[in-house]
Amino acid sequence: MVKEVERAGIPVVHICTVTPISMTVGANRIVPAIAIPHPLGNPALDKDEEKEIRRKIVEKALDALTTEVDGQTIFD
Amino acid sequence: MAKLKVVHYINQFFAQIGGEEKADYPAELRVGEVVGPGMALTQNFKDEAEIIATIICGDSYFNENLEKAKADILAWVKEQAPDVFVAGPAFNAGRYGVACGTIAAAVQEELGIPAVTGMYVENPGADMFKTQVYIVSTKNNAAGMRDAVKKLAPLAVKLGKGEAIGASSEEGYMPNGVRVNFFEKERGSKRAVKMLLKKLADKPFETEFPMPDFDRVDPNPAVKDLAHAKIALVTSGGIVPKGNPDHIESSSASHYGEYDIAGVMDLTEETYETAHGGYDPVYANEDSDRVLPVDVLRDMEKEGKIGELHHLFYTTTGNGTAVASSKAFAEEFSKKLKADGVDAVILTST
Repeated sequence: MVKEVERAGIPVVHICTVTPISMTVGANRIVPAIAIPHPLGNPALDKDEEKEIRRKIVEKALDALTTEVDGQTIFD
Repeated sequence: MAKLKVVHYINQFFAQIGGEEKADYPAELRVGEVVGPGMALTQNFKDEAEIIATIICGDSYFNENLEKAKADILAWVKEQAPDVFVAGPAFNAGRYGVACGTIAAAVQEELGIPAVTGMYVENPGADMFKTQVYIVSTKNNAAGMRDAVKKLAPLAVKLGKGEAIGASSEEGYMPNGVRVNFFEKERGSKRAVKMLLKKLADKPFETEFPMPDFDRVDPNPAVKDLAHAKIALVTSGGIVPKGNPDHIESSSASHYGEYDIAGVMDLTEETYETAHGGYDPVYANEDSDRVLPVDVLRDMEKEGKIGELHHLFYTTTGNGTAVASSKAFAEEFSKKLKADGVDAVILTST
C-alpha cells in the first residue's frame, strides 16, 4: 500500500515495528514503532505518558515527511 | 548408518501454545521433543534423520527482541550440534516467516550448520532471505503442510548429508540466484523455438531467463509547508468503527474501508476497534489511537503544526492479504486522496 500511495505522487511515511519488512516492501520513509500490537502506544504507561510517546513518533513521522530522501531511509 | 540430527524451529501457534495472545512467548528449548509439524517432518525423514530438539518462540517475541532471541537460539543450536537446522514452514505468516528466515540464515552463517526453511512466496521473509538460505516454496496456509514437508524433509536430508543440491525447479526451493554451469541436451536455438511455439499456442512454458522483479518507487519530494499541509491517515492495522460495519475480514481482506472522522477528536473503546486477526487485539480495542494516532494529530491541528487532518481515513487488515489485493486497494484510495488534495500520508502497520 505504501508504494501505491507513493506512486500516486503523495509523499508517505510508514510507521511500523518490523522495519526490515518495510524495507523489503519498498517504503522510502520509515519510522520505527513500539510494538506489533500497539505500534503507537504502550499500555504499561499511564495515559498522558503514553500519549506523549505517541506524539513523539508522529512528530518523527512528520519530520520524515518534510525531509528530502533519495532512497529508503529509516528515521531512528 | 546413524540418523542425521535435526533441530527444528517453530512458533507458538504451531507448538499449540496459543494464538496472537501468546505471540510474546519467549524462546524455549525442548530437548528430545518432536512438536507439531515436527511429526510430519519425522515421517518424511523416514529412517534418515530425526529431530533431537525443538525450539519454540512467539512471533512477536522474536521480532521485538531480535538480538536476544537470536543469541539464545544460536547458543542452544550450537549445544545440540545438529547436522541440519529446519525452521517452519511458515506459509503466509509474515512475522513467522521473517523469524524462520532470520534464524535459519544465522544458524548457517554463524554456526556453519546447513539450514532450510519453507514459506509462501509472498511472505516478506521470502524476499529477505531466499538468497541466504534454501526456502522451500509452500502454499499460503497450513492446509499445505503435507505438500510442504514432502519437499522440506528430503532437502533437509540432502543438506545434512552434504549432498549436491539440484536446481530450484527440481528440489522445490525458491530460486536463489545461484547459477551452475551444465550441458543441456538440446542446443539453445532449438529450445527457444520450442518455447516460442508453446507461447504461440498459449501453452505453459518455462523461461530460462526470468526477469527480476524490481518494483521500487522513487520517493516523492518532501512536504514544504507542514503548517498548511493536509495529512491523511491510512492503516493496515484494521482500525474500524465499532462493530466493523463493512465486515472487513480478519485475514485475507477482500476490501478496504473509508471512514469519516470529521469532528472525531479521540478514538475510544466505545467507538473504534480493530478487525485485524493477526495480532493480539486487546490494546487496539482499548484505544485505537495506539494504531491510528487521531488524538495527537488533532492536537497538532489545533496548535497549527499541521494544516489539517483529512476527514477520511482508509483501512484494511494486512493479515495474509494478497499483495495484489493491497496494491489494488491502495491504487484506488490513493486516487481519492489525490483528488481530495491530500499533501502527505502517514501509514501505520502492526
